[in-house]
Amino acid sequence: MLIFSVFKTLTDQEVTVELKNDLSIIGTLKSVDQFLNIKLDNIRVLDEDRHPHMMAVRNVFIRGSVVRYVQLPRQAVDTQLLEDATRRESSNQKR
Amino acid sequence: MSVSEPFDLIRVSLSERVFVKLRGDRELRGVLHAYDGHMNMVLSDVEETIYVVDDESPEVRTVKRNVEMLFVRGDGVVLVAPPSR
Repeated sequence: MLIFSVFKTLTDQEVTVELKNDLSIIGTLKSVDQFLNIKLDNIRVLDEDRHPHMMAVRNVFIRGSVVRYVQLPRQAVDTQLLEDATRRESSNQKR
Repeated sequence: MSVSEPFDLIRVSLSERVFVKLRGDRELRGVLHAYDGHMNMVLSDVEETIYVVDDESPEVRTVKRNVEMLFVRGDGVVLVAPPSR
């Protein structure tokens, strides 16, 4: 639930999602769910030469399980808040 | 700290630099800000190192890059440790 909550605060931010097949997609984070599935609007593919062209595609739904990383804007993240929330989450034994 | 189970050891590293080994011959070094029971993590000031083998020659080279703020999905995580200098 913690990371899900973090992503919910990041909606309408521009993020870069790197998939496990090495494709990187930049887009506006529109929605996220409990599985960390992601919906991005107005996407563009990074490094277009080496990766499939999705020129006709504007918006995508990405299954959470295929994500390797999500690059976030540093200023959108309150690291102190995150650390405190993580300590609380781990002490709740919510594994 | 009453019980020392593995997640308690990671908890100690919050707001500290950590070394993370991932699947796919990748490593990260960054400051740990959040994690959960799946080992999903949020790190900042991250340096990623990718080990690449070039076309049959026995050489292994590294590709590095830096990311300011990174969410890492837990299913790729292999190991979390204090940074090895």
